[in-house]
Amino acid sequence: MTIQTEHRLTPAPPPGEYIDSPRFQIGAKKGLANTQQRANLKHATTTIRNKRARVVAELDNWQDLRTAGEQIKTRVGRHLDEYLVQFEENFTKAGGHVHWARDADEANRIIVGLIAATGQNEVVKVKSMVTQEIDMNEALEEAGIAAWETDLAELIVQLGHDRPSHIVVPALHRNRAEVREIFVEEMGRYGRPAPEGLDDAPVNLAGASRQHLREKFMRAQVSTSGANFLIAETGSLVVVESEGNGRMCLTLPQTLISVVGIEKILPTFDDFEVFMQLLPRSSTGERMNPYTSVWTGASPEGDGPQNVHVVLVDNGRTNVLSDPLGRAALRCIRCSACLNICPVYERVGGHAYGSVYPGPIGAILNPQLRGTASVIDRSLPYASSLCGACNDVCPVRIPIADLLVHERHKVVEAKKADPPHIPHTLEPQLIDAAAWVMNDHRRLALAGRGTALGSAVLDLIGVHGFGAIPGPLGRWTGARDVPALPEMSFRQWWKKNRGDQK
Amino acid sequence: MTTTTATTATVTKAVGKPGAGKTVALFATCANDVMFPQTPVAVVKLLERLGCKVEFPEEQTCCGQIFTNTGYYDEAVGSVKNFLKAFEPYRYIVGPSGSCVGSVRHQHEMLARRAAGDAVANRVAAVAARTYDISEFLIDVLGVTDVGAYFPHKVTYHPTCHSQRVAHVGDRPYQLLKAVRGLTLLDLPDANTCCGFGGTFSLKNPDVSVTMAGDKARNVASTGAEYLVAGDNLCLLNIGGVLHRTNAGITPIHIAEILAHTEGDE
Repeated sequence: MTIQTEHRLTPAPPPGEYIDSPRFQIGAKKGLANTQQRANLKHATTTIRNKRARVVAELDNWQDLRTAGEQIKTRVGRHLDEYLVQFEENFTKAGGHVHWARDADEANRIIVGLIAATGQNEVVKVKSMVTQEIDMNEALEEAGIAAWETDLAELIVQLGHDRPSHIVVPALHRNRAEVREIFVEEMGRYGRPAPEGLDDAPVNLAGASRQHLREKFMRAQVSTSGANFLIAETGSLVVVESEGNGRMCLTLPQTLISVVGIEKILPTFDDFEVFMQLLPRSSTGERMNPYTSVWTGASPEGDGPQNVHVVLVDNGRTNVLSDPLGRAALRCIRCSACLNICPVYERVGGHAYGSVYPGPIGAILNPQLRGTASVIDRSLPYASSLCGACNDVCPVRIPIADLLVHERHKVVEAKKADPPHIPHTLEPQLIDAAAWVMNDHRRLALAGRGTALGSAVLDLIGVHGFGAIPGPLGRWTGARDVPALPEMSFRQWWKKNRGDQK
Repeated sequence: MTTTTATTATVTKAVGKPGAGKTVALFATCANDVMFPQTPVAVVKLLERLGCKVEFPEEQTCCGQIFTNTGYYDEAVGSVKNFLKAFEPYRYIVGPSGSCVGSVRHQHEMLARRAAGDAVANRVAAVAARTYDISEFLIDVLGVTDVGAYFPHKVTYHPTCHSQRVAHVGDRPYQLLKAVRGLTLLDLPDANTCCGFGGTFSLKNPDVSVTMAGDKARNVASTGAEYLVAGDNLCLLNIGGVLHRTNAGITPIHIAEILAHTEGDE
């Protein structure tokens, strides 16, 4: 590890901001070349998606559940203003405090303020996507507060000076040999060291993390979490997890600060039932996840956290909501089924997407949350072959492929509106030329005749098909041969053989 | 076996054949027109053999998805217009491509609505609803699975993404292939995984595209098939390009060409 770790409380992540990531193609090339990661990804995504397929097939009403999930979330989008206020009223009534944050900076200021008020300088964290999105750990580090990840995979990522590469399984790109190395090297710098002679047996790695984390659980006075769901009707929060670390964070400390995206609302407790069938099956391929925690304000018995806060984060979500098509992406429940089925994600891994939200959902969500100003966000909608496998597995029926095309259109519009000094590829000109041909069948007929003529010329000089061609076509022909051109276009054939007909 | 120099129009006695009395407008698709004419020729021969009258409205150009799917909506409008002009008079519009047919059915209405308003969009939607992939037309309209084809070879079938997930042709191509005399259909591992073509994806993300094509080609080669069959020629161009470069000894072929093939062609 060459990363600067001195004068820091927690392991430093890689330098740079997500938004400054290179365009997807560059990150993808790096991912494709990472042999170990390729093997880890293929193994992990294949295992999870097969498990998902098995447990989904057990339910004969799976499609109805998906439709119900879609409809509930669509209703939430339509009446978000009412449901959020309803949640605030009910959570406040139950002794909790609600804070509203327009963006990442405001959210981090609120969180730092709440922790500072307790006089503590560390927090234990339940795994949370939105705290990753707003880069809360680094904001706390700057304020002199250590944020400890307690989810096993997030711990691996944090100790590894790394970034998450998957929504549900953030260390998916690591195998157990790498995890052992990270634990042995780093645990001792930030708390209890890994046991002597630690091997890479999963049970021993889990044991090492349990001991390392136990010390922090017992000490911490403040915890932070996200939430999978907010229930407006009751003012409750829900965390769905596998390891039980979340339960520790949600019950042991005196102060609990939950940071939640405003789209996480469900109208009623009955709606929650639909999502408890959709989420575990879609994310980990389980019928039921091991730990589901539901809490409503502060516990009246005096057990558990008494100082309970929710920070409701917008951070671009109302922009998404303002797009009648794009807003379908706000239905997302972060299950990762679209990542696990995606042939692009499986090969390049999560880091290429330049965001905590990788894969197909990231490709449609990031450019909406962050806009299309950065090179990474302009390239993300194109990080898909539009094969549509993600559409079929999405538990809330987000038409991901359609939204990818929709976002591509927005990128094209943004490019067209760029001032002239911004350099672009020749794509718009090539597209214009192709459109000119397709606008008139006579031009397409000419193109066909030209191809046939080319075929005859090539035939004379003995060229039958193509190998590698230099120039822009090299992108295609570098790895693929191209067959010989036909002797005549279909139009020519038709005229010759069916010319007497229409 | 694939021929672009077929005989002059044969006026067949259609009486009693499944296509009797049906006039079909052939949607050749631009790529087939210019690069793979043997495929629309096969569709003509096949449909005529089944008793249909085939017409080729010459105003047609492209489904427009190369523009639409790259984000250039305005640039796709010309293709949609030409499609409407060419095909509106027809009851049956048939094309040998799940992807192009899928694009017509799934995207034309949206493009027309934003460019020309509701009245035109409704006309476009009505035409799109009468547009069939060849496998759908044979099974759903003509009611045939055995089209009288003969193809004494081992083949494996790649269900292209858009034929499955946009056009929703389902298992129709399998039904048609299984009814071909002499044909042995071999299972393709990971059949439902994309080949990595994806239109301009293959140019904009060439490294990922080639990786996916390579994985698909390896799966195809593992079947021991002589032919790789699909309903979309550009996916075949992609996989076939890798198969050819690696001398895998497997020939890509469009399903329509197999269905058009009879004992007489041997």
